[in-house]
Amino acid sequence: MVINSRFFNRSELLGFLALAVLLLLILPLSLDIFRLNLVAKYLTYAFVGIGLVLCWGYGGILSLGQGVFFGLGGYCMAMYLKLEASSVANTKIQSTPGIPDFMDWNQITQLPLFWKPFHSFPVTVLAILLVPALFALIIGAAMFKRRVGGVYFAIITQAIAAILTILIVGQQGYTGGINGITDLRTLHGWDIRTDHAKFILYFVEVVLLFGCIVAAQFIRLTKLGRILVAMREQEDRVRFSGYSVANFKIFAFCAAAVFAAIGGAMFTLEVGFMSPSFVGIVPSIEMVIYTAVGGRMSIFGAVWGALLVNFAKTSLSESFPQLWLFGLGALFIAVVLAFPNGLSGIWADHIQPRIDRLFASRKSKSAAGLVADGAPAE
Amino acid sequence: MFGDYSISDLGAILAMQGFAGLILFSVYVLMALGLAIIFGQMGVINMAHGEFMILGAYVTWMTSNAVQHVAPWLFPGYFFIAMILAFIASGALGMLVEWALIRHLYKRPLDTLLATWGLSLILQQAYRSIFGAREVGVELPEWMMGSWQATDSIQIPINGMFVMALTMLITIAVAYVLFWSSWGKQVRAVVQNRVMAGAVGINTEKVDRYTFGLGCGIAGVAGSAFTMIGSTGPTAGQLYIVDTFLVVVFGGAASLFGTIASAFSISQTQSTLEFFLSGSMAKVITLLTIVAILMVRPQGLFALKVRK
Repeated sequence: MVINSRFFNRSELLGFLALAVLLLLILPLSLDIFRLNLVAKYLTYAFVGIGLVLCWGYGGILSLGQGVFFGLGGYCMAMYLKLEASSVANTKIQSTPGIPDFMDWNQITQLPLFWKPFHSFPVTVLAILLVPALFALIIGAAMFKRRVGGVYFAIITQAIAAILTILIVGQQGYTGGINGITDLRTLHGWDIRTDHAKFILYFVEVVLLFGCIVAAQFIRLTKLGRILVAMREQEDRVRFSGYSVANFKIFAFCAAAVFAAIGGAMFTLEVGFMSPSFVGIVPSIEMVIYTAVGGRMSIFGAVWGALLVNFAKTSLSESFPQLWLFGLGALFIAVVLAFPNGLSGIWADHIQPRIDRLFASRKSKSAAGLVADGAPAE
Repeated sequence: MFGDYSISDLGAILAMQGFAGLILFSVYVLMALGLAIIFGQMGVINMAHGEFMILGAYVTWMTSNAVQHVAPWLFPGYFFIAMILAFIASGALGMLVEWALIRHLYKRPLDTLLATWGLSLILQQAYRSIFGAREVGVELPEWMMGSWQATDSIQIPINGMFVMALTMLITIAVAYVLFWSSWGKQVRAVVQNRVMAGAVGINTEKVDRYTFGLGCGIAGVAGSAFTMIGSTGPTAGQLYIVDTFLVVVFGGAASLFGTIASAFSISQTQSTLEFFLSGSMAKVITLLTIVAILMVRPQGLFALKVRK
């Protein structure tokens, strides 16, 4: 089989550039800081979407628990920010100064042990990446080694999302309960609530997003990515060829978890709080939907899906709150029934060929000899 | 945690919590029965199952209001009419959904999950628009209220006993239909080998449609029973859907007996733990235990041995 040796082929490169121009130039120049912050919030879901493309689109493992990893990343970041915000000076009026306010309200007088590492910023960053990865490793190893997959995996990950939400809501004193961790102020002494900080954070996030896109593209193009596709199509044959199917699945699941966690940590920074309403069953399924709408087989599609669906959600629920759920439900059904490959499928099937033809006809007018060279290798 | 209670107190607590668990068990069984048919037999992940249940609950609520206004003399028995109406309404909607949506997706089980989730959002919003966002409760007829004093310290509510009796009846009926009627044989034949079943002259499309309708209809009856022990809101169905799926998966997807056994063990664990711990911790521990057991034994408690 001829493997495309270039990292991005021509249309992917165009997609990458289009996204870069949109996110780095057009949106920051044309939107006010409030709207730009909203875009930043939407983009946090794009991280989850990229992970889902790897794990669901390529690996065929549908996880309905991505909210868990999004939440773990977000909570790790929120715990660090909260500890910084509840310095002894800031919390003088509490009966125990120096611990987060919700702990004080719940009659906890000492910082719980699992909060202590989050005093340090490097440990927090490590935790954001490692805690979800470890969690995914445990779940993945337990399930994939026993060849649990497909529907059962989806249901069990969904149950885990439910468990974590109930746990966070129930353990109010340790987690902030249903309100989540709020009133976050500074990151390493830098106030994240100002417009200027939001502007910078947006660019940090976009750069991270492109980093994740490149990483995902790398995974997709190596042998690993091909084995994932092979596994999705004929799991048994891959197993008979001597590959450890479980290990590849675990890897894809862990990678998706880490991407989601980065998104969650950025979410906390952009939005300024974290709560269980981003962890549970409903947000987890919504994340899958963004990916499905964008196209489960396309990394860029996932980014577009997260942007467009969230944009539609905000604008529809602002103007027609009644209609929004009808619209979202209909969108789910339409995507599944009519466009299983989402927006990127529509693009690849209907729009891309026309653009190609347009270019091809222009080229044949100017220099007929170049067409053979310029045509895509595939 | 047992420190403050005497032995007889503990006995009474266990008995009463056990009974509370039995009511939860009935709700689980009723919801899981429909899902066991749809998911266990047909392999369709119906995330809108909770909404079919809520439809049954709203039908019951409407019937109770209608009977109160039109024919008050019928009120003591309105519940039986409501149940039949709930079955018909949910079953009909189920057949419509199967025709419009599910039949295109039999080969893509994961996609049924997404599509039916979309359906559940639409239904939730429809309930909210039609019936309002507030929870509604039905008025129970006189004979269902109050409780039966078994001993000085043990009280058992009558509506709970009624729900349990109902559950038993429906379970027996479903078991009869699935395992002994000729239609049930057709259903199982289609499930085991669709092509072969078609070849021997079974109309597989029709069987699929009625099976899905039956599962949804039972969910409607479950919702109807549910109104007697709790109130109904547009999003109440979503609260139960994960639990119900776990019940079915834990029991072994294709085994009716497994579903009942797992509903029993889950509900008893949860309601007994609930007394000693907070409600949320009881639920967390119960669900974690199930997930842990499923990781060790993915096929569930009672697995059918089918050659694939």
